[in-house]
Amino acid sequence: MAAGGGCSLRPFSCEQGLLSRPDGSAAFVQGATSVLAGLYGPAEVKGSRELPDRAALEVLLRPKVGLPGVTERSREQLLRGTCEAVVLGGLHPRSAITLVLQVLSDGGSLLSCCLNAACLVLLDSGLPLSALFCGVTCALGPDGTVVLDPTTRQEQDARAVLTFAIDSVERKVLAASSKGSCSAEEMQQCLAAAQRAAGAVFQFYRDCVRRKYSKS
Amino acid sequence: AAAEECVGQVVLPGDVLLLPAHPDEDAERLRLSAGAAPRGRLLCGPGLRRCEAGLLVTKCGLLRHRQAGGGAAAAGGAYWVDSQQKRYVPVKGDHVIGIVTAKAGDLFKLDVGGSEQASLSYLAFEGATKRNRPNVQVGDLIYGQFLVANKDMEPEMVCIDSSGRSSGMGIIGQDGFLFKVSLGLIRKLLAPKCEIIQELSQLYPFELVLGMNGRIWVKAKTVQQTLIIVNILEACEYMTAEQRKQALAKLSGN
Repeated sequence: MAAGGGCSLRPFSCEQGLLSRPDGSAAFVQGATSVLAGLYGPAEVKGSRELPDRAALEVLLRPKVGLPGVTERSREQLLRGTCEAVVLGGLHPRSAITLVLQVLSDGGSLLSCCLNAACLVLLDSGLPLSALFCGVTCALGPDGTVVLDPTTRQEQDARAVLTFAIDSVERKVLAASSKGSCSAEEMQQCLAAAQRAAGAVFQFYRDCVRRKYSKS
Repeated sequence: AAAEECVGQVVLPGDVLLLPAHPDEDAERLRLSAGAAPRGRLLCGPGLRRCEAGLLVTKCGLLRHRQAGGGAAAAGGAYWVDSQQKRYVPVKGDHVIGIVTAKAGDLFKLDVGGSEQASLSYLAFEGATKRNRPNVQVGDLIYGQFLVANKDMEPEMVCIDSSGRSSGMGIIGQDGFLFKVSLGLIRKLLAPKCEIIQELSQLYPFELVLGMNGRIWVKAKTVQQTLIIVNILEACEYMTAEQRKQALAKLSGN
């Protein structure tokens, strides 16, 4: 896969089941950005967080250096909303599902790398899901060109950076986050490009799972 | 995609599997066999849910199919997804190993590895009466089966079957070693004529209890033999058959 530039994604790779303690674990590498995710659940829940009809999902995002701040908290909420939309929480009421993400390196498109790692860890842990999701980041250059999966440099030069979480069944948008200013048509353009690129990511998930089950 | 074509292949959550249309009704009526069970009754196993178009896959894994007893076409039978996971979810009828965490009057609380602790009544042992109570302490291991296990209620365990006999269940004795493996390995070990167990039994004699919640209890004559068996069972998750045979040959040669 060509690196950067135009409507193509950086080469990505993943590894599943690499940690022994959590119920599910996955590492996702996209170019120079890599995120490690671990999942615990469905496990015992403390009294106040218990929900009577579905599982209580919690996401923790740890940056590479420093303590988690406001950016991490807002990203955690976005990830939590996306995960709750696909996890069939009604099958595990009064239980807790905890998803922990650790940023190993940040080379641009961090939020979409976190989304992809979260989806792979949900797959690895065996939780019931109604669909899969993937994250795609688009950067709008000053002249209006759309660059998918931008590097840190391309994100800094861009006029706006948009991240979409796209589901696998009908390519609908589960979550969107934007930084900078862009017009509605430009946003639609970015969304269309992201939905096309999402197909490549879902095919990659399928190949990952195929490889994992071919070994047994 | 049609369900029959995907059998044996990897399926991902969100995939919809189409089921074959209902078999011809006239052919059913002409048959004089005493097939009381309705044909075309499909069992939706773990990892699958019913939706309007057919079956919705909810877990990733290999799709499996088992024909119905009468040997009919794919109309009857069961579909399920063979997936690997580490976390156990209590299911009614499963035999599991639980660890006693608390004694609350007439009830024992057991940790079975799920999201809730299971409860076990002191009368649910063979030959237990109000005067003759079983000798269970906190920290003991119990091998029992689930009487009640669904998402809405607290799981309940018993150590007797429906006729009142213990059939191997009850308190697991002293010594031995308890460890945890993935659920897929337990299912492989519980399959009839499992090669791993047969090869191990030729190595040393040992006692083995397999819990569907991923817990295995092993006891051999000496501590060293017990630990060797534990290491081999843990490594079986990753080793191929040839690697395992080589490791066992090296051990039995020593």
